[in-house]
Amino acid sequence: MTSDAPDNLARMLADVMRQDRGRILAAVAARLGDLQQAEDAVQEAAASALVHWARSGPPDRPVAWLIRVAFRKAIDRLRGAGRHAATAAALTLLARDEAAEDPEMIPDDRLRLIFTCCHPALDPKSRVALTLRTIAGLTTAEIARAFLDTEPTMGQRLSRAKAKIAAAGIPFKLPEAEDLPDRLNSVLTVVYLIFNAGYTVGPSLDRDLCEEAIYLARLVSALQPGEAEVEGCLALMLLTHARRAARLRDGETVALTEQDRDLWDRDAMNEGLGLLDVAMARGTPGPFQIKAAIASCQSRTPPDWPQIAALYAGLYRHEPTPIIRLNLAVAEAEAGQLATALAAFEALAEPLADYQPYHAAVAEFMARTGRTGPALAAYARAIALAASPGDAAFLTRRRDRLRS
Amino acid sequence: MQYMLLIYTDPAQEPKYGTPEFGAMMAGYNAATTAMRTDGVFKSGDGLQGLHTATSVRLKAGKVETMDGPFAETKEYLGGYYVIDVPDLDAAVKYAAMIPSAGYGTVEVRPVMVY
Repeated sequence: MTSDAPDNLARMLADVMRQDRGRILAAVAARLGDLQQAEDAVQEAAASALVHWARSGPPDRPVAWLIRVAFRKAIDRLRGAGRHAATAAALTLLARDEAAEDPEMIPDDRLRLIFTCCHPALDPKSRVALTLRTIAGLTTAEIARAFLDTEPTMGQRLSRAKAKIAAAGIPFKLPEAEDLPDRLNSVLTVVYLIFNAGYTVGPSLDRDLCEEAIYLARLVSALQPGEAEVEGCLALMLLTHARRAARLRDGETVALTEQDRDLWDRDAMNEGLGLLDVAMARGTPGPFQIKAAIASCQSRTPPDWPQIAALYAGLYRHEPTPIIRLNLAVAEAEAGQLATALAAFEALAEPLADYQPYHAAVAEFMARTGRTGPALAAYARAIALAASPGDAAFLTRRRDRLRS
Repeated sequence: MQYMLLIYTDPAQEPKYGTPEFGAMMAGYNAATTAMRTDGVFKSGDGLQGLHTATSVRLKAGKVETMDGPFAETKEYLGGYYVIDVPDLDAAVKYAAMIPSAGYGTVEVRPVMVY
């Protein structure tokens, strides 16, 4: 039978693993209590699938097959290791669930694994890498490329993080109710960092990190429904991602107000706006909902600047950072409170000395108030700090227009 | 799992003996210890005498060298510890956060090695 040829089987397995590796891994890790051992058990199950499926044909339900075999591999590993109380407890759990009628019917353990990967006792960069590896299923090489690291360095970071989870006793469990808001915020921060990394790098990667972040937020939202901040985070990313096709024109960044709105993804935009309404109706405001509300105001023509300024002022109470203060000042300036804004710009000169958007904003408002000299100097600084060629091209054109 | 909670403080930041703040700190320590004992997680724990009492010992070519002072001269130094037995790091962090010195110093949480 051609469908069982080794190539086809390998492809089928690769498809299943891409789709469901996170679920299978989470099921094993939650019972085994060790992420590295769980990864090894899943890897062994996949290797064994190729052999068995070639011999007796692929199973009707490959995921159930893989979960069951991964549990068996985990049991083998535990039997090989020394016996102590924790091992005995894990063995009991694995043996019970390995014998279950339908391993696919066991509850989804991915949320527990997400909370583990985003645990505040791990270094923030490791949280991002671990989440991409275990939940989104990116390879170490793909993660390394996304964060401009070498593969061995990223590999080391991942194994150090997994070793800490095991040795420090970071649990594979859902946080207690009183800790949930903080821990959920830690998860959403990781998801949003992944989104921002994708936004900065652009869709040139083999895996679009923006799409991965949206996938992760959807997963968290499905597994932990009814959380306004989760919905707010997803809404924020959908609203931002909806504008991706309009963001660049001929390799140059296009300002929001000048974007071609026909290029915006209407479906993503509407889904984001709908989600934001649902989130806000829950009456538990938070920073992600505020950021999504800002993104929603920005997409109106013309943008509602007084409202945006009010939202940034609210956000600043949650996150009193110089970057939020800068955004507040820009919104104030756009809303006509130029004097207030310029005073804020002055106060931010030191903390944001190396932040490109700061110099771009100063340049813009110096130019608008006719102060050409300071404007040109600020443009020069912004261009030197620009993170992408698109930003540099945009800033250069603005500067040249001021010169002529 | 057993965890050691190592309490690091800067003496300059600590409440002074005889002030109401000092009383509150001692009451906080009593409350933390009582909670650990009541929950059945307390293994051991004590405060240490001040830095001026520290002696450091090294063996150099089989010869004992003793020196006055702590292992490292830092602003924050080890002032006491607890050893607790709890299921996981989340639980250990909860007890660490009950220690009053966490408010002006640092409590380092380290799992005890299992042989």
